[in-house]
Amino acid sequence: MIDVLVIGGGNAALCAALMAREAGASVLLLEAAPREWRGGNSGHTRNLRCMHDAPQDVLMDAYPEEEFWQDLLKVTGGQTNEHLARLVIRASSTCRDWMRQHGVRFQPPLSGTLSLSRTNAFFMGGGKALVNAYYRSAEKLGVQIRYESPVDRLDIQDGHFKAAYVGGERIEARTCVLAAGGFESNREWLREAWGQNADGEWPADNFLIRGTRFNQGTLIRHMTEQGADMIGDPTQSHCVAIDARAPLYDGGIVTRIDCVSLGVVVNKKAQRFYDEGEDFWPKRYAIWGRLVAQQPGQMAYSIIDAKAVGRFMPPVFPGVKADSLPELARKLGLDEAAFMQTLNGYNAACRVGTFDHTALDDCHTEGITPAKTHWARPIDTAPFYGYALKPGITFTYLGLKVNEQAAVHFGGRPSDNLFVAGEMMAGNVLGKGYTAGVGMSIGTAFGRIAGTQAAKAALTPALSQREREQEGEVA
Amino acid sequence: MTTLLALTRDARALANGETVLSAPETEVARQLQICNACRYCEGFCAVFPAMTRRLEFGKADIHYLANLCHNCGACLHACQYAPPHEFAVNVPESMARVRLQTYADYAWPPALGQLYQRNGLTLSLAVAGALALFLMLTLWLKDNLFRVPLEINFYTIFPHNLLVGLFAPVFLYAVLALGLGVRRFWREVTPGTGAPGAAVGEAVHDVLRLKYLDGGHGEGCNNADDGWTLWRRRFHHATFYGFLLCFAATSVATLYHYLAGWVAPYDLPSLPKLLGAVGGLSLLVGTAGLFWLNLHRHPQHGDAAQKPMDRGFIALLFFTSLSGLALWWARGTAVMPALLAAHLGVVMALFLTLPYGKFAHGIFRSAAMLKWAIEKRLPSKLKLGDE
Repeated sequence: MIDVLVIGGGNAALCAALMAREAGASVLLLEAAPREWRGGNSGHTRNLRCMHDAPQDVLMDAYPEEEFWQDLLKVTGGQTNEHLARLVIRASSTCRDWMRQHGVRFQPPLSGTLSLSRTNAFFMGGGKALVNAYYRSAEKLGVQIRYESPVDRLDIQDGHFKAAYVGGERIEARTCVLAAGGFESNREWLREAWGQNADGEWPADNFLIRGTRFNQGTLIRHMTEQGADMIGDPTQSHCVAIDARAPLYDGGIVTRIDCVSLGVVVNKKAQRFYDEGEDFWPKRYAIWGRLVAQQPGQMAYSIIDAKAVGRFMPPVFPGVKADSLPELARKLGLDEAAFMQTLNGYNAACRVGTFDHTALDDCHTEGITPAKTHWARPIDTAPFYGYALKPGITFTYLGLKVNEQAAVHFGGRPSDNLFVAGEMMAGNVLGKGYTAGVGMSIGTAFGRIAGTQAAKAALTPALSQREREQEGEVA
Repeated sequence: MTTLLALTRDARALANGETVLSAPETEVARQLQICNACRYCEGFCAVFPAMTRRLEFGKADIHYLANLCHNCGACLHACQYAPPHEFAVNVPESMARVRLQTYADYAWPPALGQLYQRNGLTLSLAVAGALALFLMLTLWLKDNLFRVPLEINFYTIFPHNLLVGLFAPVFLYAVLALGLGVRRFWREVTPGTGAPGAAVGEAVHDVLRLKYLDGGHGEGCNNADDGWTLWRRRFHHATFYGFLLCFAATSVATLYHYLAGWVAPYDLPSLPKLLGAVGGLSLLVGTAGLFWLNLHRHPQHGDAAQKPMDRGFIALLFFTSLSGLALWWARGTAVMPALLAAHLGVVMALFLTLPYGKFAHGIFRSAAMLKWAIEKRLPSKLKLGDE
């Protein structure tokens, strides 16, 4: 019998598999995706948020535990478990040597990410390079890997893991780590969670999924039915406004639209609906998904003029281009009169001081609602560009409750041999909100904990004894 | 119909003085638009930092970036948008296609750019022709390929002046043709005006060390899979420096001949022999290694249609070295004249195809790297917001 069964194939699963194997356990990893799509959402990531008290290779200055914790507290609005959060934060300061041992390489911050140069260590080549490195290391260490092996249910007796089922196949193991991602790719579930709005629309039908199509949440649902203790709200998810032309799945980072704060955003009725210049874009991009989701048809349009070109990260698809604002309205399919009323009103309300998009400058509007509080300049220089926006879901927060051993809980009691890591439990630390790279910090910390604990439980004589007896009984 | 539409569009664009992108160039532009919004690969090589200094990719930019690409494979394996993703990003492949096109476009004289298109055939014809030439020359000069007196040396078969008369013009032509080609390439993308000494120094250093086959982390590039290997770099070094040593051996021998009046053959431990022996062995090992790696190359790396050109060039270098070393061994035996004719034939084929084959990659890539070394020292024109 296998010692440790790891269900999932992304960062957390691989960290668990590697740690368990290093501890001497035999490990089988089941990845739902085929090889070319392996790694789940980890393939779309690019960095790890790291605590450090002094400059370290690619990390500048210091990012002490307390500052990391305060950042997390702020973005989650308190929906976090301080004990587990601090565990993740401390682990993030020491895990990189281990990551390097398994082939992960780091690089200086990418261009256009200066704001993260102090807090985040970038993977050379991004998350897929990390995933590849971990798979290579796992294969070398003798971890058995099976692709296209989605687990649909578990055999759990009194909180004790017995076996997993891949279709009709029963796979037994002494211990198990669940690291199979969230449910964001499950469109029916999203539909159900978001429900119907006042206009009778099903908003989630218009959502795009920024990551893998394989995070169907099968085991989250199954564990709920098995009576596992859950955490998080199914309607909560990391939701960003992305290019409406993005693919349904796996659009990843390139589909973001970074010019919101440089122009105005209107909905299908050509009305503005939120302060585009409220704060720096990296601090605001994550609220715009939800804002767009609340608009009719779950669509919005980011409008800029020639002055903005070259001042934001280039978008993946070219914008709709026009030589005049009325032409832009027509090309975007917006009511021309309403659009011009909004734009003329905005342009007239702009009080331009000294424009500086690297600071919270003094360019603002007066006398319109909603106001634009920074970087407000009239949109008056041709050519004009428009980008259609839709909500893009990055990940969900609903998951399983854990303790510091990453154990799955049933009725408040930790399981002795079932553990969970990654998106399936990230909600313990990140109940809502997001800050760059923290998902990978959680996945790495809890993946390693879960792997260690699973190996320990599998190799502990008491448990092995129990397993052997039961195997004997069966035989 | 679509072809007709495309032709009409291109004709109109040409009439308006716009530059028309070829299909491979359009594909590079499409992919770089995606890469520029992602940038995860910035640490691997110079292509991506050079890309981030641009928002749009015109013909000249595409030619420049394509030649900066070393086809190391790192960005393909790391790419979240690589096939089967619908964005189908494969930078090494699309760049390789444009590279071949740039060699052909910039070839001098332009008509001979065609020779790149069916390069396997070009190489075969050059080898066959050159071999035939030297074998027939031998027969004509000596009446016999094998039964020649044993004490005979090379120059009693082919007089020194005849060899110089045959090889010098071909070599000088190759230098001229490549020089004119790369000059046009250089003028197309002109970052700044002069080349600061530091930029030249860096470019030379990066070319000679094959910096961009180190994966950005120093542990090598990809070959068969997503794992890293330093062997592509090592075998290329063995090939390149072996070639240089052989070239140095010939140059030293030429100086001996004309300046000192010392006539070949030279024996160990003379300088030409030493350089030639070490260089020849290095070239043999290097090309054998590169060939083996090429056979095991990941199928998605580069442009599969260019394998005949790559392998043909590797084979030509391999046989240049092998026949040269065999000649050393065969000196004083009956097979020497035939081997000599074979060696000279292979070397002639190599020289003839230098400006119309894989050799061009070294020239164009070095030029692109110098461009990058200059460009990176200039302030960026973009002010992409971060905070």
